[in-house]
Amino acid sequence: MIPATLSYRRASSVDEALGMLAEHGEDAKLLAGGHSLLPLMKLRLAAPEVVVDIGRIEELRYVRTEGDVVAIGAMTRHHDLHTDGVAGREVPLVAHVAGEVGDPQVRHRGTIGGSLAHGDPAADLPAAVLACDATLVARGPDGAREIPAAEFFAGLFTTALGPDEILTEIRVPRAADRGWGFEKFTRRRFDWSIVGVAVLGGSPTQPAVGLVNMGEAPIRATAVERALAAGATPAEAAEHAAEGTSPPDEPHASAGYRRHLATVLTARALERAAGGSPAGL
Amino acid sequence: MSMMGTRVVRTEDHKLITVGGSYVDDLREPDLDGAVHAMFVRSPVAHARVTAIDSREAARAPGVVAVLTAADLDLDPPGGDHAEPWLAGDAVRYVGQPVALVLTERRYQLADAAELVDVDYDPLPAVIDLDDALAGTTLLFPGTDSNVAKTHGKPFDESAFDGCEVVVTRRIVNQRVAPAPLEVRGAACAWGADGRLTMWLSTQNPQLARDAIAGGLGLDPTAMRLIAPDVGGGFGAKIGADPDPVVLGWAARHVGRPVRWSETRSENLTAMTHGRGQQQTITIGGSRDGTVRAFGLDVVQDGGAYPRLGTTLLPGMTTLMATGTYRIPRVEAYSRSVLTTTTPTAAYRGAGRPEATAAIERAMDLFATEIGMDPAEVRRRNLIGPDEFPYQTPTGATYDTGEYAAALDRVLAAADYDGLRAEQTRRRAAGDPVVLGLGLASYVEITAGDAGGESGRMTVEPDGSVTAWTGSSPHGQGHATSFAMVLADQLGIPMERITVRHGDTDEVAKAVGTFGSRSLQLGGSAMRQAGDEVIEKARQLAAEAVEASVDDIELNTDDGAWQVRGAPSGAISWAQLAARAGDGALSADVWYSDAKPTFPFGAHLAVVEVDTGTGKVVLRRLIAVDDAGPVVNPLAFEGQRHGGLAQGAAQALLEEMTYDADGNPTTGTLADYEFISATELPDFELLDMATPTTLNPLGVKGIGEAATIGSTPAVQNAVVDALSHLGVRHVDMPAGPQRVWQAISDANRRV
Ligand SMILES: Cc1cc2nc3c(=O)[nH]c(=O)nc-3n(C[C@H](O)[C@H](O)[C@H](O)COP(=O)(O)OP(=O)(O)OC[C@H]3O[C@@H](n4cnc5c(N)ncnc54)[C@H](O)[C@@H]3O)c2cc1C
Repeated sequence: MIPATLSYRRASSVDEALGMLAEHGEDAKLLAGGHSLLPLMKLRLAAPEVVVDIGRIEELRYVRTEGDVVAIGAMTRHHDLHTDGVAGREVPLVAHVAGEVGDPQVRHRGTIGGSLAHGDPAADLPAAVLACDATLVARGPDGAREIPAAEFFAGLFTTALGPDEILTEIRVPRAADRGWGFEKFTRRRFDWSIVGVAVLGGSPTQPAVGLVNMGEAPIRATAVERALAAGATPAEAAEHAAEGTSPPDEPHASAGYRRHLATVLTARALERAAGGSPAGL
Repeated sequence: MSMMGTRVVRTEDHKLITVGGSYVDDLREPDLDGAVHAMFVRSPVAHARVTAIDSREAARAPGVVAVLTAADLDLDPPGGDHAEPWLAGDAVRYVGQPVALVLTERRYQLADAAELVDVDYDPLPAVIDLDDALAGTTLLFPGTDSNVAKTHGKPFDESAFDGCEVVVTRRIVNQRVAPAPLEVRGAACAWGADGRLTMWLSTQNPQLARDAIAGGLGLDPTAMRLIAPDVGGGFGAKIGADPDPVVLGWAARHVGRPVRWSETRSENLTAMTHGRGQQQTITIGGSRDGTVRAFGLDVVQDGGAYPRLGTTLLPGMTTLMATGTYRIPRVEAYSRSVLTTTTPTAAYRGAGRPEATAAIERAMDLFATEIGMDPAEVRRRNLIGPDEFPYQTPTGATYDTGEYAAALDRVLAAADYDGLRAEQTRRRAAGDPVVLGLGLASYVEITAGDAGGESGRMTVEPDGSVTAWTGSSPHGQGHATSFAMVLADQLGIPMERITVRHGDTDEVAKAVGTFGSRSLQLGGSAMRQAGDEVIEKARQLAAEAVEASVDDIELNTDDGAWQVRGAPSGAISWAQLAARAGDGALSADVWYSDAKPTFPFGAHLAVVEVDTGTGKVVLRRLIAVDDAGPVVNPLAFEGQRHGGLAQGAAQALLEEMTYDADGNPTTGTLADYEFISATELPDFELLDMATPTTLNPLGVKGIGEAATIGSTPAVQNAVVDALSHLGVRHVDMPAGPQRVWQAISDANRRV
């Protein structure tokens, strides 16, 4: 409950933060909202020697339209994203999912950048960002680069980011005219997902389906998407939701139960994205 | 006009809600200046021989004052076959057992230093499963021949069910839960120049704690002062004292400095005693007309690693209350407390009685389903009638008063039970994936079951105000308000002028404290008795003052004035009498000893929805009668019911403390241990009923645990009821979604 000794440095710009990362190398860890990192540090599962606080970098807190995408600054807090007018109108799935994260305290501290960079397969926003085919922008010593969401999540708590890079922006294609559905299955209202399913609905292309907590990394339900493309009904396609997944196997939620949930929740999310309101609690 | 029965806002709340309480960790007492900070090094393994402890590196860590182990302790070890050491010596028997104590200058240095204490553990087999523990393949205590540490009742006699038309039997689990009070355990202590030890401890019973700690330290209890400051919840797990404060008191003497200790939340979840933890085999027999003729309850109680209350006492409460509210002629109730390599079990809200109620209430539903009768009707046919009190149960309890059928009927009517059943049928017929379940529980419980006494002392100050001292030291219940109301009603002195003090053994030397829903009926009755004595003293003084006969003097409780009957003009006030009596003379100090257990009762109906697609359960309604006699303060009373309902629903749906096969706790943080929150609860529908007891002057019974006891099986029964049409007959607690989904899948597979 008490982290190991550490030094704390606060950056006021991305450049300054990059400088600090370069200076401390592998010993440093970025701190955004702290709601994933600090619990690990308190349990002493993480013990960075230097913490570089980027949570107050104002230049990374924004939501704005840029052509056909909505650009979201990485340090935008879940609450701000959830209540943002532009996000709610143009990328409603992402705005909605931000409002389903944890509880109000968590949403007022946690950031979308931290949530994505953490690479936690149980996190909600990665599934939404995957379903939306967003692009992630990272800055490093050699400048900025763009990473498609589909290539960003590499495995359990690992992403395409290098240790000297900072995730700065999430670019989400505008989707005001597309239906969407998000099913988050929890025991208590504010819990982490046992399983979650994010769907960005039909036209102009087929629905895209992102899964929460169904593998080592946040993933797309590609088998469902393929079935839909091949003409299956949403209900038929949803039966494929667990194909190729390797969900965690835990006492309160076995892998088998999670596979079952994935199919039920995918059917519901697809129905919701198509404008329906599925029965269920 | 009397304020009894009015909604008085608790006087404690302003402070607790605004600036916050002064818990042990908040204390700024000068006596604690220069204190060292303490942290226990706890066993990370369930069962092992401790072969070596190397604390040299830890001792060199920044700020370390001392690292103390069992080898340093020069205290007499506790005795008995299953003695729980102050600090583990040659063996550890649960994850979380204290092995060493680290003392540092600053609190932040504790965790670093504790990490450096190097303990060699030579692993022994963990004993987690209760059947394994019973089999005794691995014995926790060498030199014993069994892991069974205590039995209650006598072994099961199967012939009890001979001649029953229908017999249903089932093995069910009443799972282990963590009390998880808001304030974790904490203590602070300092030795005075006079050789006396003062300890501040988060406890429900300062006097019992003082006696236990003084005993451990080899002190006479008078050589110790124990103070319970504000206490942030206990739920039974802060009854008396754990071994930890004994070590702290010793350590303070050893290093010659005050010591402060506050555990972490993870420590609290794993090392504070747990509650419940029973495996039960229930057998119910009767006839198809709905008459229950015999009930069997065979309990295996998980005692954890060392016998605490969960081993020694609580299963006896379970067997005692086995027949619940029913007239069942033949009962077999037996319990074996078995030791396992897990955290010791002790009291948790209801402590032995919820387990009894869960058993009989599940059994009633199983029986009802078996004979095809509505569960409400089966209950009604077997309830003890209002004219049968006092009622002697076959297990030896004497129920004082009750209106069991009236409570049940009131709940059914308020819920529109028939309408709900119709809705349930409609949904089933329509194939709605969200099904409805109705769960009933009729319950009776025993409060003040210890039948010990309680102290009450009061004095009328020269200014006419009152200072009162109660032995019922509270931990969130609001005794200061309730007891002030009792005195205000009796003395006619406004409650703003009455101060109720508690928690300091130098102010109240002898007391029992707060547990078992005993406070108002015993502590409150003690107050009333003290008030009666003061009133008689005052009457004498008033008679002298106005030169009238004592028999003509009356107390006008509307304005607290003493007067000659019918002649208010010459009235004298409490202040005048107190002044006349002289310093402290208008006082009383009583021990209320006329204590007998009382039996609150009630009926609960839970309404749940179950998503058959996912197994998710949502509690929609909870309708409750909790009859604990006349109500002093409905606000405090309802608060107790709300908390109890929430905790009962939590056990039914969410909470469970689990271990893996190696004895590692798997729910040792609040991220894993699913306590309940407002978002999982409906608005409670509380119905009033107040049947007085004849056993104390206030006519009151206990309310602290009642609602927990009724709601747990009500919610569980509702989950099973929702799925009964699929052939589901039982779902163990907590009825989490996976378990419910599994029950549905298994049922579907059977058809
Ligand atoms: C009680 C509780 C409940 C929660 N419930 C949920 C939930 O239901 N669903 C859910 O999705 N999440 C949940 N979370 C996690 C929450 O959303 C976190 O806020 C989020 O996962 C991490 O964001 P953060 O800003 O707090 O990141 P931090 O904890 O500060 O950082 C997380 C990791 O990302 C790295 N990092 C942060 N920012 C950047 C960046 N810009 N570039 C590169 N690396 C970076 C850090 O170095 C660290 O390794 C919960 C957290 C808590 C404490």
